[in-house]
Amino acid sequence: MNVTTFILVSVIKIVIAVIVLLTAVAYTVWLERKVVGHIQNRWGPTRVGPFGLLQPVADGVKFIFKEDLTPPHVYKPLYIAAPMIALVFALTSIAVIPVGNWVTVGGIQTPLQITDVNIGLLVVLGITSLGVYGVALAGWSSNSKYSLLGGLRASAQMVSYEISLGLSLIGVLIMAGSFSLRDIVDAQGGHFWGFIPRWNIFQGQIVAFFIYLMAAYAETNRIPFDLPEAETELVAGYHTEYSAMKFAMFFMAEYANMITVACLATLLFLGGWHGPLFGPPILQAILPLFWFAVKVFAFLFLYIWVRGTLPRFRYDQLMAFGWKFLLPLAIANLVVTAFIVALKS
Amino acid sequence: MLHLIIFSVFGLVCVAGAVNLLVQRHPINSALSLVVVMGSLAVEYLLLGAEFVAAVQVIVYAGAIMVLFVFVIMLLNAGVEEQTKGSRVAMLVGIPGMLVGSLLMAWVLIEHSGTQAVAAGALPGSPKVIGWLLFHDFLLPFEVTSVLVLIAIMGAVVLAARPESAQQKKES
Repeated sequence: MNVTTFILVSVIKIVIAVIVLLTAVAYTVWLERKVVGHIQNRWGPTRVGPFGLLQPVADGVKFIFKEDLTPPHVYKPLYIAAPMIALVFALTSIAVIPVGNWVTVGGIQTPLQITDVNIGLLVVLGITSLGVYGVALAGWSSNSKYSLLGGLRASAQMVSYEISLGLSLIGVLIMAGSFSLRDIVDAQGGHFWGFIPRWNIFQGQIVAFFIYLMAAYAETNRIPFDLPEAETELVAGYHTEYSAMKFAMFFMAEYANMITVACLATLLFLGGWHGPLFGPPILQAILPLFWFAVKVFAFLFLYIWVRGTLPRFRYDQLMAFGWKFLLPLAIANLVVTAFIVALKS
Repeated sequence: MLHLIIFSVFGLVCVAGAVNLLVQRHPINSALSLVVVMGSLAVEYLLLGAEFVAAVQVIVYAGAIMVLFVFVIMLLNAGVEEQTKGSRVAMLVGIPGMLVGSLLMAWVLIEHSGTQAVAAGALPGSPKVIGWLLFHDFLLPFEVTSVLVLIAIMGAVVLAARPESAQQKKES
């Protein structure tokens, strides 16, 4: 592949990935409003388009045309930069996430992922760990006590749960023997006894999966760990002082992070794009993408379901849960996994 | 060639971030400049072929330690730093002196230390190599360092958790 085709293919893949991701973000918001509505015996959005399907478009237009207020006495450079930082880091990590196998289009072979790096998982972790700055700086620069409290809570919470999150992934890494997300998915192909898929969640990593699940909820500031924006006590937390498109950027960052976390869970624990393949060749080519999307959707649905069901933790409960329960559990899981893998080899 | 250009650009960004760290008067801006320094250092490692070290640099330094720095600055609500004019002699002698010193050091390192310049992508930096070095060749220093860190953590806990009797005295 020469340089021109490489750049052309990369640009096409980036454009497709960004469009798909932003559409997914918009419709995750719609899905959340709809599902939470039904859980609470309401209809959710119904007015704009059939089943309220055009609601995200209406919301977007509204966000763009709203007055962009800047409160007095904010620290302007960081106040403006904070939502951008949050959104940029939330959107960047999609670059290393594979959604399917290699495909050949017009004689050019390319993986279904923007770029395949051999430390893919570390890149995702690094980028998400930088996302904290958006939230923390927004809280600090807004010059409001609610925002500051939200920002402080967010940074403490995200730094604390990042440790459990990272440790829960190491078990998977030991089993796959690689940091590359593609290798990790490839290691999960095939079946036990012909019918149980060899996904990591069925290979003894079920504890790690639940640690990851809980740490991921905390990392993305979602109920039951949405202390940084607890509306009953902090108005809206770190984005209290933001309006219009700047607020929308935080919103998009949150949902983009949710999707990244869902993709990562799918790749690491749920076997990625592996699933039953059947039918004519064209169907066989599309099915892996379909399975990947179904798994991500299931994970997102779980997110929303939990939001509609559980109340919020208290802050001391959150910290105690993270440090005194999740962290020891993650370390124990790591030791057991390492022991078993060492015995097997 | 492209490697060299990108390497130089990020080297300049790194130095600019370091200078900005000193010039800025607000602690948050200084902390963020340090994040820029860490990030561009990570890119330099990446260009030299040490991708694992680069990722760890971002995760640990930029993503965890600097977040705690920013956290502390936010918590203490540190204001704008007060600056004195400083003595003119320090400005006149210090800046040229620093320039000459660093040039001298670079010259000595390049000409007389006997080390070779590292070509881009030449460092063995895969996770496997690093892991082997840490847990095999340098196992003892590694474990000693971890004990040292553990002692530091315990010291911090002891300092943070004041004895109850002292706290009660304060309250009464």
